[in-house]
This record gives sequence, C-alpha cells and structure tokens, in this order.
Amino acid sequence: MDFALTPEQTSFRDEVRSWLKKNLPKDWTDRMRIGSDVPRPEVYDFLRKWQRQMYEAGFVGVTWPKEYGGRGLTFMEEMILHEEIAITKAPPVLNILAIGMAGPTIIAYGTEEQKRRYPPKMLSCEEIWCQGYSEPNSGSDLASLQTRAEKVGDHYVVNGQKVWTSLAHQSDWMMLLARTDPRAEKHKGITYFLLDMHSPGVTVKPLKQITGDAEFNEVYFDNVEVPEANILGGLNNGWAVGMTTLMYERLALGFGLQVRLRIALDGLVDLARRSRKGGAPATKDAIMRQKLAQLWIDTEVFKYTGARAVTKLLKGELPGPEASAGKMMWVEGHQRLQELAMELQGPYAQLGRGTKWAVDGGVWQHSFLRSRANSIEGGTTEIQKNIMGERVLGLPKG
Amino acid sequence: MNFGFNDEQELLRSTARKFFDNECPSTTVRTLMEAPEGMTPELWKKLAEQGWLGLIAPEEHGGMALGIVDLVVLLEEMGRAVVPGPFFSTVLLGGLAILEAGSDAQKKAWLPKICSGEARATLAWMEPSAELGAAGVTLQAAAKGSGFTLNGTKLFVHDAHTADVIVVAARTSSGQNPEDGISLFLVPKGTPGLAVTLLPTMDQTRKLCEVTLTNVSVGSEAMGAPLAGWKPLARVIDRATVGLCAEMCGGAQKVLDMTVEYAKIRQAFGRPIGSYQGVKHKAADMLVDVENSKSITYYAAWAMDEDVPEGPLAVSMAKAYVSDAYRRVSGAGIQLHGGIGFTWEHDLHLYFKRAKGSEFTFGDATWHRERVAQLVNL
Repeated sequence: MDFALTPEQTSFRDEVRSWLKKNLPKDWTDRMRIGSDVPRPEVYDFLRKWQRQMYEAGFVGVTWPKEYGGRGLTFMEEMILHEEIAITKAPPVLNILAIGMAGPTIIAYGTEEQKRRYPPKMLSCEEIWCQGYSEPNSGSDLASLQTRAEKVGDHYVVNGQKVWTSLAHQSDWMMLLARTDPRAEKHKGITYFLLDMHSPGVTVKPLKQITGDAEFNEVYFDNVEVPEANILGGLNNGWAVGMTTLMYERLALGFGLQVRLRIALDGLVDLARRSRKGGAPATKDAIMRQKLAQLWIDTEVFKYTGARAVTKLLKGELPGPEASAGKMMWVEGHQRLQELAMELQGPYAQLGRGTKWAVDGGVWQHSFLRSRANSIEGGTTEIQKNIMGERVLGLPKG
Repeated sequence: MNFGFNDEQELLRSTARKFFDNECPSTTVRTLMEAPEGMTPELWKKLAEQGWLGLIAPEEHGGMALGIVDLVVLLEEMGRAVVPGPFFSTVLLGGLAILEAGSDAQKKAWLPKICSGEARATLAWMEPSAELGAAGVTLQAAAKGSGFTLNGTKLFVHDAHTADVIVVAARTSSGQNPEDGISLFLVPKGTPGLAVTLLPTMDQTRKLCEVTLTNVSVGSEAMGAPLAGWKPLARVIDRATVGLCAEMCGGAQKVLDMTVEYAKIRQAFGRPIGSYQGVKHKAADMLVDVENSKSITYYAAWAMDEDVPEGPLAVSMAKAYVSDAYRRVSGAGIQLHGGIGFTWEHDLHLYFKRAKGSEFTFGDATWHRERVAQLVNL
C-alpha cells in the first residue's frame, strides 16, 4: 500500500499542474467558486474550445491507445489528472458521454475502421455524442425498448423515440440501442448502432427541466437510414455492448464525479464562511460543523474507494458492478450537499436569479434543483442497488 | 501509488482467517466472554507463537517490526471473529505506549515479555469525566523525593484486571495548555495502592475496568519521557483508533456475509427473502458501508505508517465514518434476520454489541467530526 507518486507520476502531475496554471481561464474559476453542477447551455461554446485546448495539450483520453488519439497511459494518470482539475477547479469536459462511454466502448468492441474513425474526433470535441438508451416506456427496464431498426438492403431503417437525451441538441452522433429482432427474448434482439444525428428523419425536441433549462431532449426517428457498417459489436449483441458502456460510465465518470463533489464542497465551505448563524459565521455553529465535516469525510471516502477500484483495474481486472456503489454514494452525498447549501441560506434559499437579494446570484438554487436528477440519470439509485445486490452480493433476482 | 495489499499481507490475512476459524469459533468466543479473563493461557500462547503479539514491536525487542497496515490486516480478521481478550490492549495500548514513550530500560524490561506472551499490558488514560482530550487527564502525580505519588481514578481501562503492567497517564503540573504537564507512568500489577475493578459491559467480549490509585508511590524510573506525555499518548491513541476501525471493518464484513447467506436461503411467500428489494436494497447499503469503511481505514493506516502530516485527520475521518457504518450494518443485520437475529443463540448480537461498544471507544462519530472540522480549519 503506497499513496506516494512514482517519479514518472510526479512528472505527469507537474506537467498537468503547470499547464493548468498557465491556461486556466480566470473568469471561469470565479464563476465556479460557487460550486455549480453541470455545464449550463450558455457556456457550451466556451467548453468546446476548452476541451480542444486540453486535448491538444494531451489531457483528454489519457488512457486511450495512442493509435486512436489517446496517450496510452494508465488510470493512475487519469486519477492524477482529475485530482489536479479538482484542485484548480478547471472547467469540465463537454463531450463527456463520448469520453466516458462511447469512446471506451468503441475501443472495446469496434472494428479497426470504427476505432480509427470515431475516437479522435471525440477527444478533440469536433464531434459531440449523446446516448440513445431511455425511451418513454423503457427507463429502468431498458431491455424493453421499442425503437426498431429493420434491415433494408445494406442499411437499417430506424423508427421510434428516445427521451431524456442529454446534449442531443448539440450532438453529431448518438449511441443508439434499437430492437433488430422483435421475436427474440428481450435482451437478445437489441443492436448497438452509431447513428449520425444529422441524418434525415432525426428530430430533436428540447425538454424543459425543473431548473428551467433545456439540457435534455426527446429524439424522434422517422425512417432514419443507418449503414450496416455502423453496427457496433455485432448484430443482436447490443445488450452486452450497452452494458459495457454503462460500466465505463460508472467508472470513468467516477473521476469526474469526484472532481465535481470536491469543487462543490469547496464552494459550500466558502458559502458557510460567508453565511451567518446566531450572529457568527455558520462554520462556527456546532450543528453546521457536524454536517460540513460529514460531507468532507464522505468526499474523501469516495476518493479512496475510487482509488481502490483503480488499483484493481491496474491489476488487470475489468470495471465491475462495484462501480455502482460509487455512483450511488456520490448521488447521496451530492444531494445532501445541495440541501445543506439551501439550509445555510435560510429564508434566502427561496430567492432565485434576478434579484440583488439572491445569494451568489441564485446559482445554488439551480444546482440544488439540478441535483434531483442525479439519483435518476445513469441508472436510478434503485437500479444501482439491484445491481449491487444481485451481481456483487449474489442475491437472487426478484 | 498502489492501494492494495502485498502478497505477504494477503498471506497474513488467509493465515489469520484459518487460525481464528479453528481456534476461536463463536462457541469459544462465548466461553471466553463469560470468563473474567476473556482469554485462555493456551490461546494466548498460540497468538504469541504466531508472532502476532510482537507484530509491530522492533526486532531488537523480539518483535516482527511490521507496520500498522499489517496490523490492520490481522485486526480485521480478529474483528471478524469477535475475538475477546487482551490482544488489543496489550499490543495497541500498553505495548505501543511503552514503545512510543518508554525509556530504554522500560522497553527492554517489558517489550520482549509482551512479544513472547509472558506479560500483558494496558493503558489507563480516560477518567470518570469521559473527556477525550488532554484536559481529561487529571490524575495527580505529586513529586515526592526522587519519585512520585499517584492519586486518582481511571475508567474504561481495557483489561486492567489481567494486565501485568498499566501505563497510567497522569498530571505532573497544570498550566494554561492542558497538553503540557502530562506524564506517563508504568505501574506494575500488585503495586500497593493500585486497585482494579472489573466492570460489567454490554459487550462481554470487551473487558473494561475501573482503576484507582491511592497514594501509589513510584520511583522516577517509572516515568517515560518526562513532561512530554501528551504527544506520544496522542500518537498511541491515533494508532489504536485505526486498529479499532480495522476490527470494526472485519466485524461489519462478517455481518454482511452472514446476512447475505441468510437472505439467499430464508424463504418467505415462496421466495428467498433476498429476492425482495426491501431486503436487497438494505444489503446493498450495507455493502457500501463496508467497502467505504475499509477504504478510509486503510488510508488512515497508511498515514500512520508514513507519519504524514494529515495523519490525525485521516484517523478522525476513519473513526467518524466507521463508527456510524458498523452501527448501521450490525443493526441492519439483525433486522434482515428477523426474530432469529434477536436471539442470544444467534451470533449477531455479539457483533451488534461490539459495534456499539467500539462506537464509543476513543471518541464517537460526533466527536471525530468536530475534530475533522478543527483539523480542516472550519
């Protein structure tokens, strides 16, 4: 057991550190001081440029093979990178669904042609990806999905609808799960397609969320043609491929989640120092100290549980269902954090953007509302608990 | 960076698992906990033969010179088996205090005997005020000739009734800073004026005593590093706290294992209860508690071995987290077993009581959260 860095790891850390110091946009850190949650639509263009800059410096996709645009490093470097991003509060990567999910899945299952075609443009943010999994009648029971892809000549014709599709309105490509064999058992008739979002017949309708933003969408497919060459991982093998994606999501995004939690916590502590309870800073209030300390502890615990998972990964073990535990824990911690941000504000918690009386311009109200999605997106907490119960503990299915 | 155990540590784990399965099954635990000593001479001798009593003692004193990370592996297994007896007090309290604060003569006199199993030691630190900080040490040590006279009462002293030597924290002077003026004295069994009373405990596997010192005369050679008693004492308590967390992790893992096994076979409404989400989701929560407890405990153990500045913070994060987690896990274990889990016959109550006792040993979660708040400058 050793938490110290090797000389190579130290030099990688220094490389990241000095680059961030030189390139970090100053106004961004001011804005992020308040620990907001996910990128807001008004900063998409900025984030595109930022990711491109990060990529050119060699800090996006560090674990991906060199021939597909990555740096061929290990998850240890990925962890070090994210630790630095958290410390400096650098902006997040916009093309997160590509980097966290689509890319690793294509590298795992793709043909050589697919592996050379897609991953590099994900890293450079030239092509943004979204995930076409959930449907109006298929959420947690994903395998019941109804969107159909029928073979006509050398291509497939897709009809149906996806929903809760984050970034679809900005996306060039979609990871699409569609039913290719309606007669097969529900898990077995699904195929994973790489779908061009600019194809005729694709309609994207933004959905307004409880935050007032429209960050996710409904996506309709009306006779959309997808070439056969865009199948990933083989016909009717989509369930296995899609589940790999989810495992990567829960693992790789774990690094990002850790960063977000740390940044949000630092913002919360700052808010607590500026808030008053009984005539003194809230950080001097015994109950607030307990709550803040617990969040501090949970943030650190989350980091070390992640570090144990990385150690396993480096020993050659694949990301397993344990990642569900991390996702679940993050959700619980982050929602509690956002609740505490409201509690610190007291009656001011009721005020949103547009008044001088709102605390920090009302950003906390936005991140508080947004945090309600955390226990739903990427697999609900209930589904994570099923996965842990069944696949880690070996309990029987219901 | 590597957050795993090495081959030797994995071997220690499997050896210890087998050892306690054979030597200390729950039938033995129950016999031992009923007896005042909490241990048999035979089992104590076997622990010594394994080298475990000297696991962290230096080689020159007959030990194996391993670290807290290694000890954590062993203690996880001991917590898994809820092993009663004075191992913890001898190795992590009395023994470590002598190692950290003893004079050379004291180390030479006691450590080899501790390693070989000939002597048992403990640490008398807390008092009836139950105050955990330095201010809690009020037992008076008055200078008298070349030695000292000790007067006062110590409480919650682990295994003092079977200890051959007690390390007593006493106040030799009082001033502005409560951390100043504390000294540690070695008081052997049978010293005139030393009285030990075994107290009934909810967790019978853990023996606690009241220790009163009435005009106990000790020579100057009884004292460890003079007037600098709090610093080494705090180091001992931090290390013992990590050790305790490791025991708690092992116990929590065992409760989870028992509960999962039961949920797979116990039928209700024609199905195993583990197939119901009401049960499954609770088991998943237990898993998260267990895994997180291990992560933060291992980190704290590493921080102790490396003596990094954030060591005390790591200890308090661990004790705060693990105290809550073991309580939740052992409580959920009883709940998911239903009525059988509430019987004396079932082993769950051994863990439930150990969890509760451990929660309030060396500071509960609330106390450690406040310490975290202080250490991160809130």
